[in-house]
This record gives sequence, structure tokens and C-alpha cells, in this order.
Amino acid sequence: MTGLRYLKNVATLKLNQAACIGCGRCIEVCPHQVFALDGRKARIDDCDACMECGACARNCPVNVISVDAGMGCASGMINEWFQEHNIRVMKSNSCC
Amino acid sequence: MAPCCGPRMVMTGGEISDKVPGFLFWVETPAGKVPHISTSLTYNDHFGACMARWGINRMGYIVPPGCYAIGMPSPDSPVIVTANYKMSYDLIRSVLSGSNVWLLVLETFGVNVWCAAGKGTFGTDELVKRINKTALNKVVNHRQLLLPILGAPGVSAHEVTKRTGFSVRYSAIRAHDLPEFLNNGMVTTPAMRKISFTTYERLLLVPVEIILAMKSSVLISAVVFLTTLLANGYYAAILMVLAYLGAVLTGVVVVPILLPWIPCRSFSLKGTLAGIAWSTLFYFCAHGSTWSMTTTAAAFLALPAICAFHALNFTGCTTFTSRSGVKKEMRLGIPIMGSAIIVSVILLTIGRFL
Ligand code: SF4
Ligand code: SF4
Repeated sequence: MTGLRYLKNVATLKLNQAACIGCGRCIEVCPHQVFALDGRKARIDDCDACMECGACARNCPVNVISVDAGMGCASGMINEWFQEHNIRVMKSNSCC
Repeated sequence: MAPCCGPRMVMTGGEISDKVPGFLFWVETPAGKVPHISTSLTYNDHFGACMARWGINRMGYIVPPGCYAIGMPSPDSPVIVTANYKMSYDLIRSVLSGSNVWLLVLETFGVNVWCAAGKGTFGTDELVKRINKTALNKVVNHRQLLLPILGAPGVSAHEVTKRTGFSVRYSAIRAHDLPEFLNNGMVTTPAMRKISFTTYERLLLVPVEIILAMKSSVLISAVVFLTTLLANGYYAAILMVLAYLGAVLTGVVVVPILLPWIPCRSFSLKGTLAGIAWSTLFYFCAHGSTWSMTTTAAAFLALPAICAFHALNFTGCTTFTSRSGVKKEMRLGIPIMGSAIIVSVILLTIGRFL
């Protein structure tokens, strides 16, 4: 994406390149062009562009990509954060 | 991106009948009759879309899942898969005028492809179920499905193939690219895979964001108004509420629209900067020079914090922020925002008794 980029060095994306079979599926599904194909192997080309949608991991036929995927709203995550810290908040029914 | 966060709804699309939007007539297939649907939208379709963007009647903005015919598809025509959010359905059929395709609509409970994929309702299980339920293998001779790229987080292509024999091709991100994709021998160009987040796309998200923010801000405004009214009188109470609502709107409207032009990558910092700008503007408009030191300090602490909170909240609607990044921002930001609010309340209280 041109212009808009998010924080550096936070994406949890990992690729076990040795086990990759070079099918290209990760390149097909990634909306941020994070992967590139090096000969017969995929390579993480732009990790900071990853939004952790999890499409690559779910579609890799040999399961060699891992990412802490989970989209969803910040409100939901804020609630989650409050819960982690044992702070009780009003249950809101707006969600994603 | 279509609005993602909205009132929670538990509603299904029901069964296909001659009442489906755009219904023209039935088409006979070896798997039974399938509705042939129009590719031109009516005034009601446009009006409904507009209302849905404001969060009005989003509950009823749903179409039945199943198989539909666009144009005059044959058993060799492509199958395009989408969600049963009516806006997705309308968009697809309107861009496909002149094409002959089958449309397979999944039950995503009226949620758009992207958000439904994130929740898993636009997912492998539902796709497999829908293929079986519509007897798609009798409707078409080939064994290929075209899915939107943004559906990929929910669907495991190889698993679908294993379970149904249908292979999955991810076509494009935007429905508008489908005609070009179909006419050029099903080639996804690099541009078709690139997600965008244009000013217009961000603008479309603003209405629902306002509605969602309204709930908490009406409540908070009331509390702020009443306490200030008791402590400092009517004029101060009005000013406080205006300052607060301005900060909310800066976070909910101004930050999303000006997103690429506000420096920094962090949303809470973007929000803080915009909040400082709002505080400054408010300072000059509300005769800040007559304020006490404590009021001024409280305003410049609390307003940016409120704005930063709402800006951070917007990460849920973007197409480029990662969960880990938002977590990191919250770990750092929420305690700071909380402290800023508490300190400014203390300052205002001290100021009252000085
Ligand atoms: S998680 Fe999503 S954005 Fe990140 S690399 Fe995979 S497909 Fe691309
Ligand atoms: S999807 Fe998996 S196997 Fe295929 S290229 Fe990507 S990493 Fe390699």
C-alpha cells in the first residue's frame, strides 16, 4: 500500500523456508505483497507490511507459515486488554 | 472496505425465493431452479445502501445464501463466490452486467466478505456446505471456484479441494476488477492484488464510526455536563461538553480522513497530534487566555488523550494495521491516556477550590 504503513518490527509472521514447496499460494492471497518467490522458495520480502490477516498461513498447503492472526476491532481488543488486566468494563454489544 | 463494526446481529438470509433482490425469472438447472437476477440496481438498492452506511437497518441488509444466475450462464460458466451482505451482492451483480456467471452466495449472516473471513463465517466449512447444498457439481461441469482475495483469511483452499473436488482461485480484491479478470482469461494483475485505503474508502467508514462513538459519548457528555454544571455553572458546562465532543469528533472523523497526512505511524500518536491541534483551536475559540492555569493544563492533557483513544479505535477498520501493532500501542497508550484523564480531573478539581 502506498503512503500508509503501520508500526515497524511488530508483525509475528514466520516462514519455514526450508519446507516451502514454492506453490505461490501465499503470494496469491496476500493483499500487501509481503512475499516474493525466490526460484522455488517463498521469501518474506516486506514483513512490516503484514497486517496479520492470516490468509497466507491458512492457505499454505504444507503449513509452513505461522502468524498470530486475528483481525477485528480495536474495541474488541481493548475489552480483551481490560479482561487480561482484570478490569471490569461495561459489556458493549457493538462488536466485530 | 465496507463498514465492519456494527451492532451485533444474529440473522440469517433465509431461503431463496422470487423475492430475492433483482429477481427476474427462474432458470432450470440439473440441480433445480436458480433465480436469474438483474444487474441493474434500483433506487431502493441505492437508498438501502446509503442507510446501511449510517448503520440504519443493517439487520435487514441480507440476502438468502445459495446459487444465483447472472446473465445466461452455461454449465461451463465461472462460479463466483461472495457473502450474503446485501451490499456485496448488489456490488457484484452490478459490475457483472454483460457477463454470464453463477454466483454462489455464502451465509455470512449479513456481514461483508472481509469481516466475515476474519470471523470465520466466510470460511472453509460454510463454503463446503454451500457447495453440497446447492449441488454445485450438477450445476457446472468444471470444478473451479473464484473467490475474492479478501475472503482468503477464512478459507483454506487446499482443504476445500480435498473435501469437494473444487479448486479455488483467488481472483481480485475489488469487485470492480472482476470484469477485467474474466475478460482477460482470468489473470490477476498486480494491481488487482493490492489493497487500497483511499480517502473515499475511509470517508465511507466515518458514518458508522460516528454512530458507534455516539453511544459512549452521549453518556459521558451527560456526566461531564452535570458535574460541571454543579461545580462551575451553566456556561462552563456547555464549554466542557463542546471541548469533549470536539475531541471525540477529531478522533472519529478528522483522523481517519487525514490519516496519510498526519505524521507518525502510530495511531495513538496521530490521535494525540490531532488532539493537540483541537485543544489549541478550542483554546483560541473559547477565550483560553481567560482560563486558569489548571483549566488550561487539564484541557491540553485530557482532549488529546480522548482523541488518541478514538483514533486508536479506528485501527479496527483499516486494511493495514496488525493486531500485534495495535496490542503494542494499547500496552503503551492506554495507561498514558488513562493517567492523562485522571490528572486533568484532579487539576480541574484543584482549580475549583483554589
Ligand atoms: S498475514 Fe496477511 S498480510 Fe500478513 S503476510 Fe500473510 S497474507 Fe500477507
Ligand atoms: S504457500 Fe506455503 S508452500 Fe506455497 S509458496 Fe507459500 S510458503 Fe511455500
